Amino acid sequence: MKDTFDENAERKAWMGLLARAPEGRVATLLDAAMTRPEFTWLRAPEIGSTMVRGRAGGTGAPFNIGEMTVTRCALTLASGEVGHAYIQGRRKSDAEAAALVDALMQGASAGAVRKAVLDPLAMEQTAAKTARAEKAAATKVEFFTMARGED
Amino acid sequence: MYVAVKGGERAIESAHAWLAEERRGDTDVAELSIAQIREQLKLAVDRVMAEGSLYDPDLAALAIKQSRGDLIEAIFLIRAYRTTLPRFGSSEPVDTGAMACDRRISATFKDLPGGQVLGPTFDYTHRLLDFKLAADGGVPEAPTRESIPGDVPHVTEFLNREGLIEEAPHDDTPPPDLTREPLEMPADRALRLQALTRADEGFTLGLAYSTQRGYARNHAFVGELRIGAVAVEMDIPELGFAIEIGEVTLTECETVNQFKGSKTEPPQFTRGYGLVFGQSERKAISMALVDRALRWEELGEDNVGAPAQDTEFVLYHADNIQATGFLEHIKLPHYVDFQSELELVRKLRREAGADRVPEAAE
Repeated sequence: MKDTFDENAERKAWMGLLARAPEGRVATLLDAAMTRPEFTWLRAPEIGSTMVRGRAGGTGAPFNIGEMTVTRCALTLASGEVGHAYIQGRRKSDAEAAALVDALMQGASAGAVRKAVLDPLAMEQTAAKTARAEKAAATKVEFFTMARGED
Repeated sequence: MYVAVKGGERAIESAHAWLAEERRGDTDVAELSIAQIREQLKLAVDRVMAEGSLYDPDLAALAIKQSRGDLIEAIFLIRAYRTTLPRFGSSEPVDTGAMACDRRISATFKDLPGGQVLGPTFDYTHRLLDFKLAADGGVPEAPTRESIPGDVPHVTEFLNREGLIEEAPHDDTPPPDLTREPLEMPADRALRLQALTRADEGFTLGLAYSTQRGYARNHAFVGELRIGAVAVEMDIPELGFAIEIGEVTLTECETVNQFKGSKTEPPQFTRGYGLVFGQSERKAISMALVDRALRWEELGEDNVGAPAQDTEFVLYHADNIQATGFLEHIKLPHYVDFQSELELVRKLRREAGADRVPEAAE
């Protein structure tokens, strides 16, 4: 894993949140909060793949597991901020919404966008993760000893 | 003499039209949607993603629908589609230690930190047909219990505190990629693992079973089996740092294997490793057993001549798309090939005197 400065930590966090969002969710939240700003494409949405790697034994040398589909794009707002998106799946309009949010988060409306888009996304993703973890926890085995055979 | 013939077009068109009709089946029965396949035939979707070597549940579901449920045909469709995609890059190796586990069991330690979590398993079901599923109906909600957040440590980590188990030391050698370079021997472990994770489940299972029955027996225990979601991170050159680009569900199996020691290694437990897209535990366990068998050379074990020890045999026959491509091509027209064979056999028979009309018994 790469060393990253703290200056990137926040952006990393919101880009991850945007990449994991369910289909159409970012657009819905964004459009409910504001009219989309004007932008020009630096790279129009493009579908491709990423080779996913694992490590032998979980910790050893890397190997290729297989690819996953990814959509990426980049855009510039009229105010100059550059937004990037790399998101799982084949979702061009979701990539556009994610890049817009990424750009907006670097400008004056960052606070509003965080409140309207990122906070709800984070809450929904935590809730979904917790719900699954709680179902898993209910299947945890509680061993108890019936009788010991040592007299 | 080679004679080009034409004339199959109409027959082929009609065959494909009929295929489309047969695929749809009785139109009085509701049509399957991609979402239904993705949600309700999830393990088929997972197998198509693993062996198709492309993680995209919607595409895998579409392939299953198009192939009428023929999973190898579906895998073929996914492999073909995959080749059309530009490659943006490779991910950082996923951290399975940080997996959000749906299931996590160990057959070697009863009381392990994090516990035995069964997850949505077929184990302990009675394998009796459930006729309730034939009728429409809701399902009761699964029970929940408070969960303790935090990473779940790998079992091998704490077994290793005693130094009883072979280590998998950190290494950042870039792995070879058989989707870019032809698969050639000798194949190092990274290449073998890539070939095995996309290998045919049935073939891998058969080989793994052969090691259990005594062909290169290495007495495997499932040290740990876990299924769950892991984050996928990729370095983005235009940003200058790595970001999460999504999440994949993986099945990971670590076996611990009895090992008496060899000329080069002390007596210890050795390891086999399986890591597969989706919820695919039969495949992950099989992969781990075959991985371990193929490691005979680096562990200084004897080659007992078992199929599962023969890297070339295993890797060159494990890919069901290569196999089915070569196997099924023999049903396509070979009129000219066969014509020359026919000539040859006639000639040989003439020479052997076998072309004479048999006479009445002498």
